[in-house]
Amino acid sequence: MTPPDYEYLRKLLKDHSGLDLSADKQYLIESRLLPLSRKCGLAGIGELVQKMKSGTPAIVAQVVEAMTTNETFFFRDKVPFDHFRDAIMPEMLKARAARKSIRIWCAAGSTGQEPYSLAMCLKEMSAALAGWRVEIIATDLSQEVLEKSKSGIYSQFEVQRGLPIQLLVKYFKQNGELWQINADIRAMVQHRQLNLLHDFSQLGAFDVVFCRNVLIYFDQDTKINIFGRLARTMEADGFLVLGAAETVVGLTDVFKPFPDKRGLYRPSGARATIAPAAMAMPKIAAMGR
Amino acid sequence: MKTCLVVDDSSIVRKIARRILEGLNFQVIEAEDGVDALVVCKKAMPEAVLLDWNMPVMDGYHFLSHLRRMPGGDEPKVVFCTTENGIDHIERAMDGGANEYIMKPFDKDIIAAKFQEVGLIELPEESPV
Ligand SMILES: C[S@@+](CC[C@H](N)C(=O)[O-])C[C@H]1O[C@@H](n2cnc3c(N)ncnc32)[C@H](O)[C@@H]1O
Repeated sequence: MTPPDYEYLRKLLKDHSGLDLSADKQYLIESRLLPLSRKCGLAGIGELVQKMKSGTPAIVAQVVEAMTTNETFFFRDKVPFDHFRDAIMPEMLKARAARKSIRIWCAAGSTGQEPYSLAMCLKEMSAALAGWRVEIIATDLSQEVLEKSKSGIYSQFEVQRGLPIQLLVKYFKQNGELWQINADIRAMVQHRQLNLLHDFSQLGAFDVVFCRNVLIYFDQDTKINIFGRLARTMEADGFLVLGAAETVVGLTDVFKPFPDKRGLYRPSGARATIAPAAMAMPKIAAMGR
Repeated sequence: MKTCLVVDDSSIVRKIARRILEGLNFQVIEAEDGVDALVVCKKAMPEAVLLDWNMPVMDGYHFLSHLRRMPGGDEPKVVFCTTENGIDHIERAMDGGANEYIMKPFDKDIIAAKFQEVGLIELPEESPV
């Protein structure tokens, strides 16, 4: 890959998905984009870049999707889901007792393991939730992972990482080597395509936001910008759940860590100093997407 | 160090399992079938048992029912690890007193995830690369 091609791709990815690649990630681009260029009948990264420059939006979207890391598994890291069951939901059940509704957002839901883990948690506590309206909205940049998420179909390998066998038996139907999560669990999750760099205020206000293992790919300014907009789209007494390697500490004061519960944050009430989507949007507009 | 008894009639499977389990800091004992495994348990109960289903002499399911009736036999965490991948087998195993169930083929990630599930190990929280 020529240095100018690498720079072109780096900038394009940063602008389109926030992916912040350091100067030495050529191998990552090659391992993900060579298969794509072959699929498109192109000789290599050079031709792929040519094609992108000639203004084919479909191919740009494919490149951006191919560069996303979609790895996920059921009940990933376990602890956040314990917090969800033992801290977040009990508090929400009290706080929302009058309106009996809760809105949950999985802001990078990938192939569905995270939103469905939450759905199964909720199903397990359905006695306490009788008469409640609980929404789970799963969004992701990648259309491909959303399709898989909607199907709810997983390989034998995927259902064995993090999913207790009791829940597999209880909530999945077996079809040969594949397992499909039951229709009633699937029906608890709504899917939407959404780029976190773009405005998401139209999703409405959320009580709980799982935004895990996605901000880690972004640079500091992008993280700060997204935290600022997340805080605005959350109820004042809501909960934000981040991934194991993510934090707000040192970046923003719009969220504060929840005491003694790692990975859990609450809006602090402070206003973000950065205007909504102001940082990421203009560049994208300039790219003519 | 915790002890894990690996019960499988295939020496290759036992070897692979041993490597993975030693990587997870278990002391590994091997047995070729259910009878062999019961002898081991009579001497000293292991903390964990990784258990194949189909074996000559005594299969995993029968081993489990014997084990659970032995003094101290409800202590070990028993994780089936078998090519019997049907939901009917899984349900039978769980009713029979198994703690978890692995469908072969398995790898280190699956063993680690399942052993964490039953509280045999603690996994560090992972982060994406
Ligand atoms: C590593 S997965 C994390 C999945 C899940 N939250 C978890 O923790 O297991 C990251 C996901 O973020 C998505 N993603 C990457 N950039 C994004 C963006 N700008 N907007 C929305 N989603 C994005 C990817 O498509 C991918 O599915």
